[in-house]
Amino acid sequence: MKKREQQTTTRTADSFTLTRREALKSGLGLTAAAGAVGLAGGYLPGPLASSVYAQGSDQPIRIGFQVHRTGIGAVYGRWYERTSAAAAKYINSIGGIAGRPIEIVPEDDGTDPKRGAEVVEKLAVQHKVDFIYGPLFSHVVIGSAPRAGELKIPYFVVSEGYHVASGKLNRYVFQPGITDVRAQITSISSWVMDNLGKKVTMFFPDYAFGYDHRDYFSAEVVKKGGSIGELLAIPPTESSYTRYFPRIPADTEVLYHVMVGPGVLTFVKEMGEHFGSRRPQIFGFIDSLEGVDIATPGLDFLEGTHFWEAFPRYASNTDTRYSKAFREAVGVNASGASKQDPKDVATYSHMFGVWETLFVIKDAVEQSGYRSKKDYPALIETLEGFEWFNEGMAHPQGGKKFVGALHQCYGRQHISRVTGGKLDVVHTTAIEDGMYDAEGDYTKQSL
Amino acid sequence: MSAGRLRRILVLHLAIVGALFAVQFFLPDYHHTNVARILVLATFAIGYNLLFGYTGLMSLGHAMFFAAGMYACGLCIYYFNVGAPGGFALGVVAGGTLAAVFGLVALRTSGVSFLIVTMMFGQACYLTLLYFNEITLGDQGFTLSSNLDALHRAGAGLAYSDPDVKYNAAWLVFTGAFLVSALIAASPIGRVLIAVRGNEERTRLLGYNTFAYKWLALCLSGAIAGAAGAAYAVLFSYVGASFASILYSIYPLLWTLLGGAGTTLGPLLGTGIMFYLIDITSGWTNAYLFVVGGSLLALVLWFPQGVMGAVRARWARWLP
Repeated sequence: MKKREQQTTTRTADSFTLTRREALKSGLGLTAAAGAVGLAGGYLPGPLASSVYAQGSDQPIRIGFQVHRTGIGAVYGRWYERTSAAAAKYINSIGGIAGRPIEIVPEDDGTDPKRGAEVVEKLAVQHKVDFIYGPLFSHVVIGSAPRAGELKIPYFVVSEGYHVASGKLNRYVFQPGITDVRAQITSISSWVMDNLGKKVTMFFPDYAFGYDHRDYFSAEVVKKGGSIGELLAIPPTESSYTRYFPRIPADTEVLYHVMVGPGVLTFVKEMGEHFGSRRPQIFGFIDSLEGVDIATPGLDFLEGTHFWEAFPRYASNTDTRYSKAFREAVGVNASGASKQDPKDVATYSHMFGVWETLFVIKDAVEQSGYRSKKDYPALIETLEGFEWFNEGMAHPQGGKKFVGALHQCYGRQHISRVTGGKLDVVHTTAIEDGMYDAEGDYTKQSL
Repeated sequence: MSAGRLRRILVLHLAIVGALFAVQFFLPDYHHTNVARILVLATFAIGYNLLFGYTGLMSLGHAMFFAAGMYACGLCIYYFNVGAPGGFALGVVAGGTLAAVFGLVALRTSGVSFLIVTMMFGQACYLTLLYFNEITLGDQGFTLSSNLDALHRAGAGLAYSDPDVKYNAAWLVFTGAFLVSALIAASPIGRVLIAVRGNEERTRLLGYNTFAYKWLALCLSGAIAGAAGAAYAVLFSYVGASFASILYSIYPLLWTLLGGAGTTLGPLLGTGIMFYLIDITSGWTNAYLFVVGGSLLALVLWFPQGVMGAVRARWARWLP
């Protein structure tokens, strides 16, 4: 493993230095300066940054960005776009990709699978981008992936869905920047059962995302000696939840919830009215409250409850320098909101995936020697050979294991407790906690 | 209808399908696939136009017929490996059958009531797809790429991912629906449908069984929408519940209104204009739906009959 780590990553765990390839291409003097600034956890000043890649420059690497600017994914899309811009700026400041500047070409997919496939077509064929990345919503990913496979263009999704790792897409689809929902659930299940309780009742949305939670978490509960009291699937059209609360068994020790959409505020309020001060332990996924201020009036009932987070929204003393630098780069304050508008709360547990994905593309391009589209097979095989992404500026959320056969990364997860209207991390899982048996192998498909 | 007019109609429609066939050899790659998509979606609009444009029955649930075709085709390929031609045939049958059964209930209403009933049934179908998630794979949907074997013709394997196969298959489906639509519009049946649209009471007084004519229009409309849904599943390799949502009931209405309701060419023109309006304006602004909305408002104000409706009213009254 160790030997492979050295082969497949350009960065070490405790420093952020440029590779020999980058150094040669970008000019030794300036790259040394870049490395020094990187080590300090800061950024290159504008004039210096703009001149770095120019020395070894070629045509830009054009990366198509399929973004949910409109539709139900717009909140995520807004932050994905900001993160993407920040990552591109940073990558250009350290010499671009293989000495070539990076150019992001965004296209709105309206969070619609039909339009998503059209956008893949537009980016690949009309804009002639080198790669496509960026979609989050599962139905858009699944609707768009076939076209990417047909066009044979590497397609990097930042979706956290289990669809990539399930082996049901195609060899051109990768998810190297964010963990999948099955791994997230598997990771946190032991802690939830050991610390909160073993008799669980689940609230989840009555569609595929909710079923992933239902199936994988309840399987883990049973496997680890716990029991499921009730599985409460909430239809997406529901606007009041009071009729569901009486169905929660009285001996429930843990209430597990993952409610996405505007209904979450009503859900929490009505849950508070139902339980009052005598509530079971409550555990939820932050997906319910991405883009929502925890201190919003009506969410008081969540005080003392726990949430899964991929990347802690609130800054703390334990943040790494990479984590701090990432927060600074994407313009997010210590409370997880925009520095320009504190009411604009980030989708912090997802957006880092955009940043990390761009760095994986950078690594894959540089290590495969990619120059043009004819090099796609080499790039894909190089990427499939990756096994590890070390923590650093490229991976500020943390180091990640990458399983080439599944095209999926695996990383650490966090469990946070709501304390004083903020989220405090109380536990961080190990990467191994989220591993599961593989169901597919993309490397067996032809290129 | 005079023989001269019939000949002009025939020549025009054959010329259009001929031009659509020929244009594939000149289109740049991007527009090549776009036109294939437009042809499939225009087929959906043609089905809608038969019911709305010619018969005067406005539906807000037509996505259910499109989805019926898409799911009948997609599920049979996904679970039973029936192959694309068999899946397509099943899609047409599913769209038509659903419309036939639905029509027996819904056609007892008319006007706004019919609109509401179609919308309710459409939503019920959408929620049914979500409810049976374990079979339909719900909102996430599923892909067909790995389930579709190449079509073997004349010793050659034709993969559905091939742009030429995609285009020509879409062209075939569109041509079939387009010619059926033109044939009906030019036939005595079409005249009765138009009479029902104009005044159902008077048509009934003339001795026509208007219920039967409306039911026939709905069945044909549903079968054509089902064909479009099945074609979309095969050619673009994705089946998902979003295609059953109300948005996909509104789209064919907009495409038909834009191109010209009650004209055979309107659905194609409306679908094409709307497709490129979104494609181009989304590159300029995030508020591209404002541009689309503004265009529709302008249309309603200055061309209430749609583009082809205006052309027919001003320059070519012989157009069906």
